[in-house]
Amino acid sequence: MAKLILSLDGAFLSEYPLIEERTSIGRRPTNDIHLDNLAISGNHAAIVKAGNDFYVEDLNSTNGTLVNSAATKKHLLQHDDVIEFGKFQLKYVDEAASNDDEAAGLPAFEKTMMIRPSALQSNTPQPLVKSTSSDMQETEHSFSGQQVSDQSVPSPADAATTATPSVSAAGKVGRVQVLNGSNSGRELVLNKALTTLGKAGIQVAVITKRPNGYFITHVEGQILPIVNGVSAGAQAYALNDHDVIELAGVKMEFYLANH
Amino acid sequence: MKNDESQMANMNLSDALDIVRLTDIGLLRDHNEDAIASDDDIGLVILADGMGGYKAGEVASEIAVLSITAELKEAISDSQSGHAAAALDTLRSEAQLIVDAVTNANSAIYNVSQNYPHCAGMGTTLVLGLFANNKLLAGHIGDSRMYRLRNQFLVQITEDHSLLQEQIKAGLITPEQAKFSANKNLVTRALGIDPDVELELNEFDVEVGDVYLLCSDGLTDLVGDEDIQSTLNANSSNLLWAAETLVQMANDNGGMDNISVILVKIKNSFDCKCSWYDNFVGWLK
Repeated sequence: MAKLILSLDGAFLSEYPLIEERTSIGRRPTNDIHLDNLAISGNHAAIVKAGNDFYVEDLNSTNGTLVNSAATKKHLLQHDDVIEFGKFQLKYVDEAASNDDEAAGLPAFEKTMMIRPSALQSNTPQPLVKSTSSDMQETEHSFSGQQVSDQSVPSPADAATTATPSVSAAGKVGRVQVLNGSNSGRELVLNKALTTLGKAGIQVAVITKRPNGYFITHVEGQILPIVNGVSAGAQAYALNDHDVIELAGVKMEFYLANH
Repeated sequence: MKNDESQMANMNLSDALDIVRLTDIGLLRDHNEDAIASDDDIGLVILADGMGGYKAGEVASEIAVLSITAELKEAISDSQSGHAAAALDTLRSEAQLIVDAVTNANSAIYNVSQNYPHCAGMGTTLVLGLFANNKLLAGHIGDSRMYRLRNQFLVQITEDHSLLQEQIKAGLITPEQAKFSANKNLVTRALGIDPDVELELNEFDVEVGDVYLLCSDGLTDLVGDEDIQSTLNANSSNLLWAAETLVQMANDNGGMDNISVILVKIKNSFDCKCSWYDNFVGWLK
């Protein structure tokens, strides 16, 4: 369950589990989190729940709300975000996400569920009304299962956000350098999941960047790509450091380098 | 149903369309709740991603795909064959045929879920495309998507019925923030959950060379649009390779869910001035 940890100038004060749909913060005593300090507005900010997400919303406070040192009106909270009001800090901790550092801030991959539009309008989304207790158990089970396997599978975050898989096993990025012809010396960084090489209509191959390395695959043309003087075949072929690739008469060297 | 005359009168869309479909269980789930089908005679592609119930998600998606495919195939063959009796009955537009088939599938799933406790609460997303007369009718419910690649640019032509999409539309979060949301799994519309369902149906002009992608969220949650685009551009003439590469990318990125893709490439124009078709054009306007 998500919670907020309140501290003043870095000294721990209190902890607030986020159970309610809305948690208010301000100088007035009626607030859920009451901060008695003149720098805090009467109704300063609120934490609003939306499904599994929490937002912090500044309620037009006089001195504003900072999240990770940047002023914000509304912010979708991620594990370890620090919200600041004057000298107070509220740290957002999502325990589900913090079980595994790898998973911190990663998108959840729970099973798809239906929520009612009516629930949306009242700003209190309720997962699938018909879900039975066995449903819920199954969902929780699959989620905890995912936590375990997160350690053995590559992190999806990089792929989902930057559209490239995480850096290959060696922590290096592949490049190809053209060895002959008019483009001799030209380099290409293979930082995308898929890079197309060759001439359309004549011979085309793609180099795919995968968690277990780089692979070249023939996609178009009569002739298959040649690697180190030997045909690479029609299937994906694993590339090794300093392999020489030949495509449509152009020779190029594949190598791994640091960023 | 079909006689020689009907064969002459009707264009078989398999000459105009290249269709490849592929479904994969992924790396973490123990069964595949996606269902896919295609029929290149009538130009239909359909994909459903089942959910809910005690392992009954695949029951919902199977019912959806099988019943809609069967109903559309029969209705369209009938109207094409020019049977007097059938023709009278099927002066419905293709759009109406789709809506009716989806409504019937919704009832079928809902009834099963009411009568069998282990199926209680099951439902499914749906995305389908029907190609006719150089047009595409694209219908969807939930977060299964359809994309179009034209002139090397990939465009998503369906808008998810999901909490996340609602939040983006309402300006609550940006698409960038959405990638980190924990709400990816919440859909706001599904087939078979309620007695009634609303299908979102849109019509698009089709051009020769277009590539259409139907996919479940097992692909789009893990593979960015940019990577999908470059994969389809790398070799749009080898659809099977493209489909396999997309599935492989999703599995390389974690394979969190079942992954299904259907690719349709438009090889030739399929203009067909059938009288029954003109009837439903009038209906659409």
